Amino acid sequence: MRNNFQHAQAAHCESGVTRNLLNIIGVEQMTEPLAFGIGSGLFFVYIPLIKINNGPAIAFRSFPGIIFKKTCQALNIDVTRKKFSSKQKAQEYLDKKLEEGYAVGCQVGVYYLPYFPKEYRFHFNAHNLIVFGKENGKYLVSDPIMEHETTMTEYELERVRFAKGALAPKGQLYFAEKKGAVTNETMQQAIKRGIKRNVVNMLHIPGAIGGVKGIAFTGKKIKNWRNKFGLHKSGLYLAQLVRMQEEIGTGGGGFRYIYGAFLQEAYEYLPVDELMRLSNEFTKAGDLWRDAAVQASGIYKGRLGSQEDFNVMGDYLREIAAIEKKAFEDLSKINWH
Amino acid sequence: MKKEDVPQDLGSLGKITKEVCYATDASGKYTTELSNGWQVKTNALDITWDDINQKIAAAKEKVLCNEVSPILFFMEKSVMNIGILSSYTGFFKWQIKRHLKPAVFNKLSTKKLTRYAEVFNVSVDELKTMNVHEE
Repeated sequence: MRNNFQHAQAAHCESGVTRNLLNIIGVEQMTEPLAFGIGSGLFFVYIPLIKINNGPAIAFRSFPGIIFKKTCQALNIDVTRKKFSSKQKAQEYLDKKLEEGYAVGCQVGVYYLPYFPKEYRFHFNAHNLIVFGKENGKYLVSDPIMEHETTMTEYELERVRFAKGALAPKGQLYFAEKKGAVTNETMQQAIKRGIKRNVVNMLHIPGAIGGVKGIAFTGKKIKNWRNKFGLHKSGLYLAQLVRMQEEIGTGGGGFRYIYGAFLQEAYEYLPVDELMRLSNEFTKAGDLWRDAAVQASGIYKGRLGSQEDFNVMGDYLREIAAIEKKAFEDLSKINWH
Repeated sequence: MKKEDVPQDLGSLGKITKEVCYATDASGKYTTELSNGWQVKTNALDITWDDINQKIAAAKEKVLCNEVSPILFFMEKSVMNIGILSSYTGFFKWQIKRHLKPAVFNKLSTKKLTRYAEVFNVSVDELKTMNVHEE
């Protein structure tokens, strides 16, 4: 059984799954950048007290699950989301939905994903893929970050659906159902709402570790890493920062390029010139994030290592914080007519 | 980033799939471009694995000196910590800490050893001897 579904590759798993699931239920205008922007995907947070894989806990995007939820909410689309305590029931439910013709989104852990290269298998549990059929006992799987669709055995899929550790998926699956047509006006409202929420997340979140304040805060902390942790460990920390920022799933530049693309696409629905100008600002921010990554790689490769090199690294983040702060302030001031 | 600047440094992922990057074309319009990888992030991944491999080697040394049970070796090899191992095996953390002692490990029932072996994707024999074939 192969349900109505067309695999399409994406940069970011959750935005890609959102786009692909919405496309098949008739929301053809949905693209990956629109899903990312309407879902207010852009973020930054550094939590100094938590460690992930022995490195700093840094994220460039909003909490997993938010993009799908908020995008569907804004477009008045029904979402069913289910978690399971029993592996058997999780599989039975999935099989039933597949037989009813659905394509189903699943949250999975990447550690046991059979088609991932070994170097990429960490205990990261907020990956998303779509199951859209079953043939000869194998599930047909569309992983949005892969070029081609793939298959998984029942055991393999069960294992990743019941990955353990932080953000354990607990067999979580979800699918969308359209209630009515998604009009141009709905899209316009959704885009405005998405931008407004993203402004709040980046500018007005309380505390010093999230949003643009969090970027500047991290820049300040990085300058102390050399003295505090020594060269080896701070090199590993910077490597983790670069991986969170540039690894597969980000579209490059810590999701800033996807956001730039979103603002350009938003312009087609809401022709305000400011959107095009601010898209350039996010491109600039993304470029600076990548320059910072090059500086970081100099340190973790051992080519650089003086305190001055760490200061330069930290100053990159402070410069980025200033650019993104201004850009979000300008977004909040847009007069939508 | 401009489309023509999207890096094409073949990394371990690029051999399996290219990845989508967002970049701008000559007129400044956003589009997507496939990338084979970027040396900067390949290096980030490499030094992360160097660090993990050092921890695996150190764990192996400790097991061979009979200071700790092979569970530590496989835990490091699976990039786990006691918390993750505890949720995968269903053992409590304090139990795992006991099982890390060679004397306790040697007396574990086959049933308990199987629980570890399954999580580590090895046989019980391999779990005891650390003789595993690298893929």
